[in-house]
Amino acid sequence: MSKPFTPKVVTANALLEGDVVYLDATGEWARDLQDADVLEDQASAELKLLEAEARSHEAVGVYLADVVLKDSYIETTHFRETFRAKGPSNYAHGKQVELK
Amino acid sequence: MYQYNDFDRDFLAERNAQFRAQVERRIDGSLTEDEFKPLRLMNGLYLQLHAYMLRVAIPYGTLNGGQMRQLAMIADRWDKGYGHFTTRQNIQYNWPELRDVPDMLDALGEVGMHAIQTSGNTIRNVTADHFAGAAADEIEDPRPTAELLRQWSTDHPEFQFLPRKFKIAVTGSPNDRAVTKAHDIGLRMVRNDAGEPGFEVIIGGGLGRTPMVGKVLREFLPKADLLPYCEAIVSVYNLLGRRDNKYKARIKITVHENGLETIHDLVEERFALLRPQFKGVDQEMLAGIEAQFAAPEFTTASVAPFKDAYHHDPVFRSWVDTNITKHRNDDYAIVSISLKSQGQTPGDATSEQMRVMAELAEEFAHNELRISHEQNVILPHVHKSNLPAIHAKLKENGLATANIGLISDIIACPGMDYCALATARSIPVAQQIATRFHELKLEHEIGELKIKISGCINACGHHHVGHIGILGLDRAGVENYQITLGGDGSETATIGERAGPGFAYDEIVPAVERLIYAYLDLREGEDETFLQTYRRLGLAPFKSALYPEAKANAA
Repeated sequence: MSKPFTPKVVTANALLEGDVVYLDATGEWARDLQDADVLEDQASAELKLLEAEARSHEAVGVYLADVVLKDSYIETTHFRETFRAKGPSNYAHGKQVELK
Repeated sequence: MYQYNDFDRDFLAERNAQFRAQVERRIDGSLTEDEFKPLRLMNGLYLQLHAYMLRVAIPYGTLNGGQMRQLAMIADRWDKGYGHFTTRQNIQYNWPELRDVPDMLDALGEVGMHAIQTSGNTIRNVTADHFAGAAADEIEDPRPTAELLRQWSTDHPEFQFLPRKFKIAVTGSPNDRAVTKAHDIGLRMVRNDAGEPGFEVIIGGGLGRTPMVGKVLREFLPKADLLPYCEAIVSVYNLLGRRDNKYKARIKITVHENGLETIHDLVEERFALLRPQFKGVDQEMLAGIEAQFAAPEFTTASVAPFKDAYHHDPVFRSWVDTNITKHRNDDYAIVSISLKSQGQTPGDATSEQMRVMAELAEEFAHNELRISHEQNVILPHVHKSNLPAIHAKLKENGLATANIGLISDIIACPGMDYCALATARSIPVAQQIATRFHELKLEHEIGELKIKISGCINACGHHHVGHIGILGLDRAGVENYQITLGGDGSETATIGERAGPGFAYDEIVPAVERLIYAYLDLREGEDETFLQTYRRLGLAPFKSALYPEAKANAA
């Protein structure tokens, strides 16, 4: 039996600001992980990734990041993604203040 | 210090104009990221975790008040009001936006600074002893040599696509404060039997995933042979260095795989060809550069105000005892300004602090500042009578922390709080260690101790040469910290020994605490430093302090 699929989001850095962005369900780049489109199967994840990669004039370094859905709240599974979604831990800079 | 001439200014203006056009073409879609990336990296622009990062070179760590003010202006105007000084005498801005970077580079150009070759497989910012020109133990100021190397290496057509990055460090003193043995080329000024100054040439040092202490390639190189000899080394490496495997591409591996003797023979052979091509223009240029690095006109005044304050003010006395180094002029002092206030991010300065330091340099220190690889700022030439006023001003601005060389004077790379390559955080570990020992009021009792923290195997935080080194790794999706002991970055350079299994994020500070208490128990008197105790006793007693369970199980 194959391993169960871990849900994914498409993420990258915005070309102009360098800020972390996520692909939302409308195909726009969202700044907040909670607005990301959570992809529940391998085929749609791969397709969305390909589509996003073609948009290199908007975002850089596109990849799929693992997440888990808990009561419709999107949680990261790796601490690197936690920092990307929040900002650095030494100053209140980045998303932890900008998204408020 | 060196002043840009018309050639330098024109070169920089042209280069910045090119980059401005490249940014425009990236934004309008004419350039893909794959095309643009090498162009931005050549100009010091990285894309990190949360934003772009601009790495600006501070050649051989030297700058004047005007340049420091401009760094502050850039921080305010295009970043978040601060800058991060690095272990390679650079300053990094963590939050620039792509559109603004060409303006930032122009602003740097206005004060004779740039971000060229702060990335890429080129010869990087040439670093030097941060006490250069001021140290009591110095043979000669190494900065004219470093500036000559900067000019030679900048845009050198043969060396724009080396197998890997290439770092050169220079010191003019027998006491090595520039970690020359951990560089691709380390140059240590020495005298020959006739008393003439020249260089001991060290190659193949480096940290990273395969740490190595550099080896002596030439015991004495006459000063006049420096450029052709360096060119011979880099050109041998350029052909021989491996391009098939990024992790085996640095010159340390080339030396290791081919043997020092083979490299020596190839370099000497190449040098014999190159030497006649250098017909003395480099030496004329060097003479011009040396004139610009003439020592300031030292003032003569009474040092009584200093002695008086030292006698009466215990806070001032503590700061002097810790942060002042002997200057070659007895009435002068070298002041190290700590950017390691306990609990702060090592190496960060706010724009306001930068302006304060610029002002102090202009008013009291012959308009000179230095950035050390230990992420502090130096006022190299201060008449002792000015020390009380400087201390008072620093104190008002959170810059008077008396901890140079102590446990809280920690080197830490940006780690996973910023860096895209990092595997774990380093900044919060540094903050917590510094805060903890400050609370325990043990710093001064512990004495000289260098803790160095890297957030990945690339070792920007120099953990291999820390008396206590900490390396942050990702172990199965969790931050894990390995400890190395007994490292040394000085003239007696040593790679630290791994102590054993790593510690979790919340275990690392208690582990360091156990180490320190073990040292305090084991040392033979207050004068024996941590490193000396470690060298006397070896790893075993420290290992049992770090892993008490293992000891209990064995018993």
